[in-house]
Amino acid sequence: MTTQLSIPTRWARFRDSYLLYSFKRTWSAQLCLAIFLCLVLAAFMAPWLAPTNPYDLSQIDILDSELPPFWIEGAVERYTLGTDAQGRDLLSIILYGTRVSLVIGFGAVILQAILGVTFGLLAGYLGGRVDAILMRLADIQLSFSTLMVAIVVGAVVKATLGSSFYSQYAVLMLILIIGLAEWPQYARTVRASVLAEKSKEYVDAARVMGLGSRRIMFRHVLPNTLSPVFVISTVQIANAIISEAALSFLGLGMPETHPSLGSLIKSGFDYIQSGSWWITLIPGAVLVVLVLVINLLGDWLRDVMNPRLYKG
Amino acid sequence: MIAFLTKRLMHAILVMLVISVIAFAIQDNLGDPIQQMVGQSVPESEREALRERLGLNDPFHVQYLRFAGNAIQGDFGYSYFYREPALDVIARHLPATLELVFGATLIIVLLSVPIGVYSAIKPRSPISRFFMGASIVGISVPVFLTAIVLIQIFSIGMKVTLFPEGTAWGGWLNATLSTQGGMPSFGRGQDLVHVFGYWDSNLFSAGGLRHLVLPSIALASIMLPLFIRLIRAEMLEVLQSEYVKFARAKGISPWRIYFVHALKNTMLPVITVGGVQIGTMVAYTILTETVFQWPGMGLMFLDAINRADIPLIVAYLMIVGVIFVITNTIVDLIYGLVNPTVKLTGKPA
Amino acid sequence: MSLLEVSDLDVRFALRQGEVRALRNVSFSLDRGERLGIVGESGAGKSVAAFTLLNLIARPGFIAGGSIRFDGQELTGLSDRTLRKVRGNRISMIFQDPMMTLNPVLSIGEQMIECLRAHRRISRREARTIALHKLRQVQIPSPETRLDQYPHELSGGMRQRIIIAIALLLDPDIIIADEPTTALDVTIQAEIMALLLELCEKHNVGLILITHDLGVVSQVTQRMLVMYAGRVIEQGPTREIINDPQHPYTQGLMNALPQMATPGERLNQIPGSMPSLSNLPIGCAFHPRCGFANDANGQPRRACREVVPEFVNSGNCRVACHMVAAMLEEEQRLAKEQTS
Repeated sequence: MTTQLSIPTRWARFRDSYLLYSFKRTWSAQLCLAIFLCLVLAAFMAPWLAPTNPYDLSQIDILDSELPPFWIEGAVERYTLGTDAQGRDLLSIILYGTRVSLVIGFGAVILQAILGVTFGLLAGYLGGRVDAILMRLADIQLSFSTLMVAIVVGAVVKATLGSSFYSQYAVLMLILIIGLAEWPQYARTVRASVLAEKSKEYVDAARVMGLGSRRIMFRHVLPNTLSPVFVISTVQIANAIISEAALSFLGLGMPETHPSLGSLIKSGFDYIQSGSWWITLIPGAVLVVLVLVINLLGDWLRDVMNPRLYKG
Repeated sequence: MIAFLTKRLMHAILVMLVISVIAFAIQDNLGDPIQQMVGQSVPESEREALRERLGLNDPFHVQYLRFAGNAIQGDFGYSYFYREPALDVIARHLPATLELVFGATLIIVLLSVPIGVYSAIKPRSPISRFFMGASIVGISVPVFLTAIVLIQIFSIGMKVTLFPEGTAWGGWLNATLSTQGGMPSFGRGQDLVHVFGYWDSNLFSAGGLRHLVLPSIALASIMLPLFIRLIRAEMLEVLQSEYVKFARAKGISPWRIYFVHALKNTMLPVITVGGVQIGTMVAYTILTETVFQWPGMGLMFLDAINRADIPLIVAYLMIVGVIFVITNTIVDLIYGLVNPTVKLTGKPA
Repeated sequence: MSLLEVSDLDVRFALRQGEVRALRNVSFSLDRGERLGIVGESGAGKSVAAFTLLNLIARPGFIAGGSIRFDGQELTGLSDRTLRKVRGNRISMIFQDPMMTLNPVLSIGEQMIECLRAHRRISRREARTIALHKLRQVQIPSPETRLDQYPHELSGGMRQRIIIAIALLLDPDIIIADEPTTALDVTIQAEIMALLLELCEKHNVGLILITHDLGVVSQVTQRMLVMYAGRVIEQGPTREIINDPQHPYTQGLMNALPQMATPGERLNQIPGSMPSLSNLPIGCAFHPRCGFANDANGQPRRACREVVPEFVNSGNCRVACHMVAAMLEEEQRLAKEQTS
C-alpha cells in the first residue's frame, strides 16, 4: 500500500532530475530560457527600466515623432530605438507592450488550461453522452480554427459592448476570448491521456478500494496526465501571444493608447510606406524572438519528456 | 458510397445548424434593421408597427426558421453598407480569396512534400537541419508580420547601412542585403481577366500573377513550416516501420520505397491535418488580405465588422461554413480513396 | 565450400553513449538446402545477425568487421544497389509480425508484383501469374481474390502465408525467418511452421530459423547456434546439442523447458538475466549466472572472470566455455596417461 502510493512521486522526482540533467547538457535550451527570462523580467520591470512612461501623455512630444533608431542617420540619442508616430519612445513602449502581451498570453493559457483540463477529465472519465457532446463541440471549434473563433467572438463582443467599453477592458476581454477559443487543445490532450490511464490497472485498483470517481480523477488520473499538459502549455502560450497579436492587428485587441506588441505592429504598419519601418518591425522582431524561444523550449521539452502526445 | 455521403451529409447539416444558430443569434442581438431602414426622426409607434410587420416581434424559433428558410434560398438579407443583397457582395469578393488560397496551397503542396520527404530521408544532412531550423522560425512569425516584412523587402525595398560602408566587406554586405523592391503589394492590380459572372481573375495575366505573389507567399508562410514538420515526422515514423524494412528485404529500390511505400502512408495523417487546417487558412486570409488590401472575403468581413454591417457578417459566417463543410467532405473523400482500410460504404473495416 | 559462410562477424551500434557491440566473432555456415536454427534470449543478437546478412541493420548499426560470403561472393562492403540484387531474390526474409510486415495501403498483388519486377524484367501480367502460382503453393484459398485485397482484410495466419509466398516468389537459395510464428495464435503456429518446412524441403531452400523455441528448432533444423550477449556460445548438429548440451547456458535453457520440470514443482530457471550489451561483464559474459563459475570449494574460477572463452571442439559441437575446455583437457590427459 505505502509503496504503491510512493511510486508516482518517486517517478516524478526521477523525471524532474532527468529534465534538469538534459537541461544542463542542452545549451540551446539554456540560451532560450535565458532569453525568455530576460524578456519576461524586462517586461515586468518596465516601469523601472523604461526611459519614459508611454502612458503618460505629458512626457510625449508629437514633434519627436517617427525618429529612427540609433544606427540610422537622424537619430536622437534620447530615443535609442527611435520613436513611433505619436512621438512615444519605442524602447519604452515595447517594454510596456511586451508586458501586456505576456499578461494576456499567460492569462489566456491559464484559462484554457482550467477549462480544457476540466472538460477533458470529464469527457475522458465519464465517457458516454458527456464525452460525445464535449468532444463534438471541441471538434467543430477546432475545425474552424481557434483564431477564426477568436476573431468572430472578438468581433461580436466588440459590436455588442461597444468600442470604448471593449478597449477599456481589452486585457480581460482578450484573455476571455483566447481562453474560450483554445480550450479544445487541452481538452483533447487530457481526454486522450485519461483514456489511456483509465485502462491501466491502478485505476481499477483505486475503484476496487471503493474510492469515489471524483477522488480517482483528481488524485490518481490527473497527476498522470500532467506531463503532456505541461508540454502543450509551452506551445499554447506561444499561440496565445500570436493570437493576441493577430486580434490586435485586426483592431479587435489592445487599443493604441495601451498597446501590446500586436497593436504596436498595427499602428506602425500605417507608416511603413513612408519609410519608418522601425515602428512596425522592431516590435515585430521582439514578438518573433519571444514566440521563437517559447517554441524552441517547447520542442526541447517535448523531446525530453517524450509524453505520448496523442493524435486525432 | 451512398452510406458515406449520407453520413457526411448528416455531419454537414449538424455543423451548418450550429453555425446558423450562432449566426442568427448574432443577427438577432446586434442587428436592428429598423434603425438602418428608417431615420432617427421616425416616431416609436411607427417603428413598432414596422417591427410587427417584419415579424421582429415573433418568438426566437419562428424567426430562426424564417431566417434559415431564407438562407437556404440564398437570401441573407441586405448589406447595410453596400445596399445590395449580402450574397451578391460575397460572391463578388469570393474569387479574390479563392485565388489567394489557391496560390498559397500551390506553394504549400509544391514545397512541403519534397522538403519534408528529403529531411526525413536525410535527417542529418545540413540542408535538412537548415529546413528544420527555418521551419521553427517560420512557425514563430505571425502571418501578418511575414506579410509586412515581405512588403518592406520586396515592395518598398530596403537600403541596408548597418555595416560600415568604408570597409570592403561592410560595403559588400550592405549592397547584398539591400533590396530593390518594386513588387506590387496593394490590392489585385488592374490586369484582371474576366472569366465569367463575378469571376475576374489574377491567374491569367503576368501583371495579375505579380500581384498574387506576395499575398500567396505570406498566406503560405505559416502553414508551410507546419506541413514540412508534419510530413517529416510522419515520414520518419513510417520509415521505421516493419513494412518498410520488409520492402527493403525484398530488394525494392529506395526510390520506390520512399515514394510508393512510405509517402502514401505518410500522407494519410497529413491529409487529415490538412482538412483541419482549412479553417485556419480562412482565418489567415483575413489577416493577409488586411495587410495587402486584397479585396477578398476576409477584408470584406473585417470591414463589415468595423461598419457593424450585421447581415454581411452573418452571411460571411454562413458561407464560410458551407465552404468549410464542402472542403472537409472532399478531404474525407480523398482520404477514403487513399486509405484502403476506410471503406466509403461507411461500414467499419 | 558452403553456400553461405559467415566468419568473425562484428556488428556495432554507434550510440551517443559510445559504441555497443551487438555481435562479436559470429561464425557459421550454411549448405544448400540446409536448415540452421539460431537460438537465444531476446537481446542476444539473433535478429541483428539475421538482418546483418543482407546488411539491413539500420543506422546507427554497422558492420565493423568479418565477412559474409554467399555463393562465392563477399556481401560485406557491397553497395546497396548490388546488394539489392541478392535481397528478396537469392536470400529472402520472413519477419516476425505479419500484422506489421505488409504495407497497409498497397494491395497484396501489388506487393508481390513489385518484388518480382524489381528482380526480373517481366510484364505485370506474367508477374501476376507467378504470384498466383506461389499463393497456391502456400495453400491460400481463392488466391485470385486475395491478390486484389488489402492486408487489413486478411487474418494474421493468412498474412504470414502471403509473406511466405513473397519470400518464395523468386525461388531463393536461402530464407531467413525471424521468429516467423511468435506473433501468431498457438493453433496456427504449428500449421505455418509445417508449411514452411515442407516448402523448404520440396524446393531445396536453405533456411535460417531464428527463434527462442527449442522445440521448433529440434523439429525443423539440422544444425543450430546458441547465442548469448552477442556471441555464439555453442554450435553443432541440432540433435547432439539438444540431447547433450555442453555449455551451462544451453543446459539451463534445456532445463527451463516445461517438460523438463517435475510435475507440481517450479519450472527450472536460469538465475539472473542477460546483461545489457553496453555493460558486459569481463571474462565469460555468462559467468555471473553460471553455476560453474565457482569451483567445488566455492572459490571463484579466475579464468571465467577474466578470460573470454575460446571455442573448443567437443564431439561434433563447438563450445565456448572454460569448464568444458578444462574437462576436455582432463579427459585428454587421462587418455594420454592410459596409453603411455
